[in-house]
Amino acid sequence: MKYPFAAVICLIAGASLCQAADGDPGRGAQIYQRCLACHSLEHNRSGPRHCGLFGRPAAALPDFSYSPALKSSGLVWDEASLDHFLENPLKAVPGTRMAYAGVKNSQERADLIAYLKSATRDAEKCPSGSSP
Amino acid sequence: MSSIFPPAAQTAAARRGFLSGFGKLTLSATAIALLAGHDRLALVGPAAAKTAGNDVTFLNAALAAEQEAIAAYQVGAASGLLQKPVLDLAVQFQGHHKEHAAALAATVKKLGGTPVAGKAQYSFPVDKLKTQADVLGFAAELERGAVSAYLGAIPILDDRELAKVAASILGDEAMHWAVLRQALGQPPVPSAFVS
Ligand code: HEC
Repeated sequence: MKYPFAAVICLIAGASLCQAADGDPGRGAQIYQRCLACHSLEHNRSGPRHCGLFGRPAAALPDFSYSPALKSSGLVWDEASLDHFLENPLKAVPGTRMAYAGVKNSQERADLIAYLKSATRDAEKCPSGSSP
Repeated sequence: MSSIFPPAAQTAAARRGFLSGFGKLTLSATAIALLAGHDRLALVGPAAAKTAGNDVTFLNAALAAEQEAIAAYQVGAASGLLQKPVLDLAVQFQGHHKEHAAALAATVKKLGGTPVAGKAQYSFPVDKLKTQADVLGFAAELERGAVSAYLGAIPILDDRELAKVAASILGDEAMHWAVLRQALGQPPVPSAFVS
């Protein structure tokens, strides 16, 4: 009974009360489904594709039209910068075109980032050409 | 196609029920809500300009996603993989997305913005769409994503009327998602909350 109750508290209270443990890419794959209206790993949609994301500067895809705000953010995508951005994109990068409130729960973010880290460099999910 | 439907949905009566209410709507509740919201917005004056800018960003993001969904349903409908009554469903859901897109574009204009244009070409994983179930699964993925996208917009929209419109579209997309899951033989409503 304890765990579901804790999960509900995390859901209600948001990140602050919930310590993020190591991310679980399996759970992260489920969370990534929230992003699929605008993103996919391999193809640009209304949001940029995610293949090759890790280690790449923000707004680096030559064939996607980014906001000036993201282009001048100076961010490089790694665990820390993604954690900060995905918690509240509009606050992390004011003026970004990613009009999404964010993933407030820190454990969910850790899971999501663990998934992104493996999936965006997976040779099958990201065949050559999908990560510039 | 019968293998797609769980046994309970296979009777003719259930199928009729499944397909009933497929009519052509002229002016949807969403469009009416939009218009109502915007007359009010127009009265707010210059202080609302910055606010409207934020909301236009979201409306255009949502519009782009709706345009993509319309194109995806087109790919599905034209694939030859969908059989009736699933094909009729796809066409009806596409019609809803067209209504959403029209309402969103009209609202962007009312707020003084420029609606994003649809792309001439979208990249869909067509090589992975080989059966009716593949097509339905892909559509379900987009609908599920759309639910999250609208949910993620509600807290950041400054105008309460627009937040209500987002919730109204969210409800429609969630119904699409549930029906597609049902058609795939999955539990139609997987949890008590959407996220
Ligand atoms: C409403 C559509 C939408 C949703 C939903 C959305 N995004 Fe985005 N995302 C965008 C857009 C548009 C951009 C480009 C932003 C800009 O140019 O300011 C973007 C940019 C990004 C970037 C920066 C990519 C780069 O090349 O620099 C990352 C990372 C990202 N999104 C991750 C996510 C994740 C993870 C989720 C799900 C939790 C998500 N997004 C949900 C639309 C969306």
